[in-house]
Amino acid sequence: MQALYAQLLVGLINGSFYALLSLGLAVIFGMLNIINFAHGALYMMGAFVAYFLLNLGGVNYWWALLLAPIIVGIFGMILERTMLQWLTGLDHLYGLLLTFGIALIVQGVFQNYFGSSGLPYAIPDQLKGGMNLGFMFLPVYRGWVVIFSLVVCLATWFLIEKTRLGAYLRAATENPTLVRAFGINVPRMITLTYGLGVGLAALAGVLSAPINQVRPLMGADLIIVVFAVVVIGGMGSIMGSIITGFALGVIEGLTKYFYPEASNTVVFVLMVVVLLVKPTGLTGRAA
Amino acid sequence: MTALTDDTLPTSPRAMRDEMIAFVVMALLLASVPFTGVYPFFVMQALCFALLACAFNLLIGYGGLLSFGHAMFMGTAGYCSGHALKVWGLPPELGILVGIAAAFVLSLVTGYISIRRQGIYFSMITLALSQLLYFIYLQAPFTHGEDGIQGIPQGHLIGVFDLSKPTILYYVVLVGFLAGFLLIYRIINSPFGEVLKSIRENEPRAISLGYRTDQYKFLAFVLSGTLAGFAGALKVFVAQNASLTDVHWSMSGEVVLMTLVGGLGTIFGPVVGAFVIIAMQQYLAGFGQWVTVIQGSIFVICVLTFRRGLVGEVAHYFRRSL
Repeated sequence: MQALYAQLLVGLINGSFYALLSLGLAVIFGMLNIINFAHGALYMMGAFVAYFLLNLGGVNYWWALLLAPIIVGIFGMILERTMLQWLTGLDHLYGLLLTFGIALIVQGVFQNYFGSSGLPYAIPDQLKGGMNLGFMFLPVYRGWVVIFSLVVCLATWFLIEKTRLGAYLRAATENPTLVRAFGINVPRMITLTYGLGVGLAALAGVLSAPINQVRPLMGADLIIVVFAVVVIGGMGSIMGSIITGFALGVIEGLTKYFYPEASNTVVFVLMVVVLLVKPTGLTGRAA
Repeated sequence: MTALTDDTLPTSPRAMRDEMIAFVVMALLLASVPFTGVYPFFVMQALCFALLACAFNLLIGYGGLLSFGHAMFMGTAGYCSGHALKVWGLPPELGILVGIAAAFVLSLVTGYISIRRQGIYFSMITLALSQLLYFIYLQAPFTHGEDGIQGIPQGHLIGVFDLSKPTILYYVVLVGFLAGFLLIYRIINSPFGEVLKSIRENEPRAISLGYRTDQYKFLAFVLSGTLAGFAGALKVFVAQNASLTDVHWSMSGEVVLMTLVGGLGTIFGPVVGAFVIIAMQQYLAGFGQWVTVIQGSIFVICVLTFRRGLVGEVAHYFRRSL
């Protein structure tokens, strides 16, 4: 039973990363009509920024949690201003190709300097150790990742669905020209949205640094799983992305316990099943 | 939405003549390679990738479907051909057929699943399916995991042509490539190809004209996947191995890059692109991971400034169809 709970926890943690990443993809897709292939690379950058902050600047984990998403978010906004904005009006596929190129560049540069091995990032002192919950032993840091990710996801949902800024954002997704006519600076909103989505990816990167080590290719395979998550959940709904992300993480964790051989493939197999049964995805509108 | 390519005119007799001349020039150039002292292994490898890129281009350039998992067809055909040649001891012609059949079956299944969603969803699904297959091959016993199938015998084609001789192998690969290329050319200029182009340009309109667009896209997917499998089966004789790199997503990305560099939706673009990218990898092999960075930069430059690709720009400048 201990092993089952442990795998469930691992599943929840992976689910947090899926949720944070697919949430960012959905937000970016809503505004920019681009599938951000660079998302995995920017997730990796988040972890590396945290690593640099700690080892070069002596900045601790808590500040990294705030600063890394901002730094990577600014990097993302520069990418949007200098490159992505020129793709408006072109076929969606060019956005995919461009961001794929960006991902190759970013991953290649980091691989060149850091090879493929992992760099250690220590768990902050306040979150070391574990708790005995009676039925299982819970490492504090892992519990923290799940709860904090959930809070961030819900905050993003609240921002987009319940605030005035979110209302502008949703309106601009539906009809950018009309929203511009009301005097709202839509291009700036697009830039900020991209920064927000990318910042969420970087945040996931910082959270994963103490668990998975900091590796140049940590995002490369993850992003493909997240694509499958997005296909399953559809990108139409924010809450849908969050729930699908966590749910698939848990299912993956359960698979690791019951049938470990399939743990790498279960998300993809589920994607196939969903496509056969409900081609539009669980929550999404037809694309 | 701007279309991917601006070649929307039906093929005129003049364009047909230009393309035939270009084809003859290409065939003669390639046929003279063994006499020039150019390393034949390099050209053979490039030819296999060129065929793969042409097959990929059939889908994106004429069907508007960006597959991000085309390596799975090449890799699957490679594994199956390699297994048939080495373990079952089949002669080369049957080994190639086994590879093509495997890619055909795979494209039936993956096409049926992925064609259900459009646009970028289609790309994400094909990528996810190829990753699924990658993990299956990683664990399956017959692929030998990380090692791959090594030392695949080349044998005698129809009992006559000794494929272990580089010159004979070269001409066999060349004939295979030219046959595949002509088949794709024929498909593009068939009534089927014209319908495919119309779906790429305006799908709702094609539907309103009574075409079952899903069936056309599915058929294009199967043709493209099977031809990609043919490229993979040929590559087994050149490389004499089948490994995981051929199924990895980075290989699918390279195929996209080749086609993009040469020109999406141009007939000769993927061939030029394949030669450019393979040559680049050859010459820059000593630079390690910088090759990835350079490839990424080419992606970015092509998308931002150079969307027609090398052949597309030339054709556009001379107002010709190539």
